[in-house]
Amino acid sequence: MHSIFGQLPRFLSYYNLEFILQAALTTLLLSISGCVFGFIFGFGIAVLRETTGPLWLPLRAAAVLFVEIFRRIPFLVTLFLVFYACQALNLDISVFAVAVASTCIIGAAFLSEVVRTGFDAIPSQEREAAAAMNFTLAQTLFLIVIPQAWRVILPPTFAFFLSFIKDSALASQLGVVELTYSAKVMNNKGFSPVLGFGAALILYFAISYPLARFGLYLEQRLGFSRYRKP
Amino acid sequence: MDFLGIENLKARYGEHVVLNDISMTVEKGEIVSLIGPSGSGKSSLLRALVGLLPVESGEVRLNGEIINYRDKQAVKRLRDRLAIVFQQYNLFQNMDVLRNVMLAPMKVKGWPREECEREATALLEKVGLGAKLHVYPDQLSGGQQQRVALARALALRPEILLLDEVTSALDPELVNEVLDSIRLLASEGMTMIIVSHEMAFVREVSSRVSMMAAGSIVEIGTPDEIFQNPKHERARDFVGKILHR
Repeated sequence: MHSIFGQLPRFLSYYNLEFILQAALTTLLLSISGCVFGFIFGFGIAVLRETTGPLWLPLRAAAVLFVEIFRRIPFLVTLFLVFYACQALNLDISVFAVAVASTCIIGAAFLSEVVRTGFDAIPSQEREAAAAMNFTLAQTLFLIVIPQAWRVILPPTFAFFLSFIKDSALASQLGVVELTYSAKVMNNKGFSPVLGFGAALILYFAISYPLARFGLYLEQRLGFSRYRKP
Repeated sequence: MDFLGIENLKARYGEHVVLNDISMTVEKGEIVSLIGPSGSGKSSLLRALVGLLPVESGEVRLNGEIINYRDKQAVKRLRDRLAIVFQQYNLFQNMDVLRNVMLAPMKVKGWPREECEREATALLEKVGLGAKLHVYPDQLSGGQQQRVALARALALRPEILLLDEVTSALDPELVNEVLDSIRLLASEGMTMIIVSHEMAFVREVSSRVSMMAAGSIVEIGTPDEIFQNPKHERARDFVGKILHR
């Protein structure tokens, strides 16, 4: 215990803090890109899967294939798949960019299913009524289905976001210096693991707590209440 | 020429034939009721007419135009002229009563907002819900919800109104408030096809009654013909049961 406190001043040097915060920023960017772009793409895939008719069939089939493949592959494997695919294509991009692309792929695959479940939760009778009144698919989705679906979509989406922040640690396997990697580096430098991983713990919390609060806020705003006052 | 003509309409769910060679006509201003035991195809016929149940063969003519149900544009044109009210109301839960009624006229028909709002308000007053414009569907009783659904269908100014067991989900006290609204429409000369188990009501408002069983029309005639003097065995059996309940 004494040695931990003894190490503290040296651990908190400007250089170390900059290194750790830089790593935290990387984790934050990875998570945000995975969550934001993943959700946008995932939402697009879910909407695409609602289409009918032969015109959209190829895109629909591609969407199903994409989701079914990437939901079944571990994140780590996706990372290496993207990494080697980029190498094979002679794409000169950083490991960080590879990690961002991978998080977007995984996010889109998982979140599209969350969104689809939300669509499915809306009574099919309301959609039949809309169809009988000649609403287009887009009108049905955006005027009737989606406003009611947020309630079902948001909680699992934010649960996924939160677990996703932690999964971003796997990017360290490619050499991306994110939070977990930085903790290991500090450990290797001879600092007590309590300091290195303790700092990582605090920063993971600092990233995920506001996100969880934001999720709750959105659930209250968009999660339409069935017992709204007139 | 008949207004709506149905000829040899056939539909099935997989192996199960739900509509077997249905032929009938509806004249303008007529009210035709479909009666018969559960599973006889009454609701399926209405669903097939608006294109919610795939039609296998047969022909539907509306005002001279032959409707090809495989042609999406033709089905759209057809749905433009028919409106259906469902047993379970199927109101949009995420919007208030007024918006439920004015949404389709505004978004689908593209009519001006003020006009839609004025007409929706007038229709809701007509069905006795003028005081509930900004209430959400789940705050209303079943009878009130069904009257909203009726107003919603009417807001599209349909040429034919299809009513699919609109009182079957309501408790007896609420049935009458919905039937009164339908009586009002009948008095105004609205063309309607009504699926109902309310036999006294059917007898009272119908121009003709069509008795269905096992996906076919067994007998079709005036209410008196069907209820007092049914010709077919199956119709006699059904009428006998419902009159001596």
